[in-house]
Amino acid sequence: MYLTWIIRRVVYLILVLWAVTIVVFLMMHLAPGDPAQAMLGPMASGPALASLRQELGLNEPIYIQYLHWLGHALRGNLGRSIRQQVPVSSLIFSQFKNTVILGSVSFVLAVIGGLALGFIAALKRGSLLDRIIIVIASSGIAIPSFFLGLVLAYIFGIKFRILPSNGMYALQGGGGFGDLLKHLALPAITLAVGPIAVVARMTRSSTLEVMGQDYVRTARAKGLHDHTVAMRHIFKNALIPIIHLLGLQAGILLSATALVEVVFSWPGIGALMVNSILTRDLPVTQGSVLLIAAVYAVISVVADFAHMMIDPRVHQT
Amino acid sequence: MTNSTISSDVTSEIGSAAPGRSRSRSAQVMRRLLRDRIGMAGIILVLLLILMALLAPIISPDDPLATNLSAAFKPIGTSGHVLGTDLYGRDMLSRVIWGARPSLMIGFVATCLALGLGVSLGVVSGFYGGRVDTVIMRIVDVFLAFPYLLLAIVIVGALGPGLFHATLAVAITAIPFYVRLIRGMVLSFREEQFVEASRAVGASGFHLMRYAIFPNIVPYVIVAFSINVGYLILEAASLSFLGLGAQPPSPEWGAMLAENRNYLTIAPHTVLIPGIAIFLVIIGLNLFGDALRDAFDVRLRED
Repeated sequence: MYLTWIIRRVVYLILVLWAVTIVVFLMMHLAPGDPAQAMLGPMASGPALASLRQELGLNEPIYIQYLHWLGHALRGNLGRSIRQQVPVSSLIFSQFKNTVILGSVSFVLAVIGGLALGFIAALKRGSLLDRIIIVIASSGIAIPSFFLGLVLAYIFGIKFRILPSNGMYALQGGGGFGDLLKHLALPAITLAVGPIAVVARMTRSSTLEVMGQDYVRTARAKGLHDHTVAMRHIFKNALIPIIHLLGLQAGILLSATALVEVVFSWPGIGALMVNSILTRDLPVTQGSVLLIAAVYAVISVVADFAHMMIDPRVHQT
Repeated sequence: MTNSTISSDVTSEIGSAAPGRSRSRSAQVMRRLLRDRIGMAGIILVLLLILMALLAPIISPDDPLATNLSAAFKPIGTSGHVLGTDLYGRDMLSRVIWGARPSLMIGFVATCLALGLGVSLGVVSGFYGGRVDTVIMRIVDVFLAFPYLLLAIVIVGALGPGLFHATLAVAITAIPFYVRLIRGMVLSFREEQFVEASRAVGASGFHLMRYAIFPNIVPYVIVAFSINVGYLILEAASLSFLGLGAQPPSPEWGAMLAENRNYLTIAPHTVLIPGIAIFLVIIGLNLFGDALRDAFDVRLRED
């Protein structure tokens, strides 16, 4: 039963990824002007343009060009960076590793922080604590991450000099796990605030809904301890709709990280992608977009699967 | 001839009998909305910011683009510059006032574009079903394969940076949301009795969509719009912050942040002021959106 679901989703995933490659490929051709000219800049000479056009296969029909590009991409060859003259694949994978470090720490913070705040708010509904959490959550959704990042960088990095607000390791005497953690603190918190707010809001409303269910009243009526009811009956069931949201948030983190990486000069793939657009380094843009979209697609399938395992009712729809 | 006129009259009458159109409901919604103090505070905040954008030529004390290098980085409270000046000595108050125009405009224009296209596609997709539906939904799926911000970045990457391209990019990212929302609702309304009744008296496809189905979608569209505007303003400001949207010297708030962020050490107020402006407009819209949702008592699918 699960197997057919998995096969269906994987086939679907492959189709989506295939469509993504078309979009990414077309990016280059939809861009106004000649791609070769865009790559080499307005000062490029005629022969240089001609040879690049030849190299890129721009003289071929477009579907041939696409198949060529796809064939190379599937074998891990995404071309060379125009600005840095290194293979795109090695560039994006090393930067992607740094994004994964930042993103996963933020995600863990978001899950723990969001669930805890939302659950506490719901259990203490109407109290001052509940109201404070609601205010924090509403503000957390509305504050732009890049602005929050700059504020935190100013307070902790510039004013009090407690935490570094630039890069991944100290330039002098840096390296090591402790140094990484220190550099990670501000960007990870900045990136986590939005998801914490979203998860907290959803957890609160989902918990309140579960608290009104008959089986919770039954559990109470049986004389079960408040703590047991809260953990075993309420929290477990309130989690079900949140699992799906968490998957969604993990995917969103993957692109929201670009903003935070730029603020804190974190050497991640988001910052690389943005920079490649600004410097018109198209192969790098294509490679990073492709990688992020692929990981995003895989995350959504995994999230759906987790959702289904926890709530078998989903399977029927 | 006469037959069709009659049937259209009947259709609109049946349409008005449908739940979404009764006058008492809108009165009830208004009453609930006015009683929601937090929501009212939100909309007042947004209206004040819109008023600020509209009145910019009158209330702005200075030219937002006039530079004066000898007066750079003046702090808040300097005489003649209530909110200080930025790296080129431009008046921060004037810049933040004028900046409301592009910053708000991009969000509202993008939402309207997305809404128009998304709702039409959603109604058509849900109403006709079949092959039209399949094609539209598969395209939507491809767009949903990208996280919002990534999709916007991809589009700007192809079109090139700039305010207009950023508006388009942001609008396109929101279309799938509307298509899915509206399609789902049309599918459920299609089976309702009042639609059946309209069809029974011979209403055409367009009439059914326009007079029987559309009015029932309106509350959802209003709520989705109010919540969506805030997201799109934030997305647009993000693009400008990355250098992909509004370009300097535009006083667009995201671009202002990007321009001043390297001077955080000397002049934190130049970052604080545009940042707070973005925060205020988004929190105002969110609070109002929540109030609207409660007042209409509708639930949107979160995905």
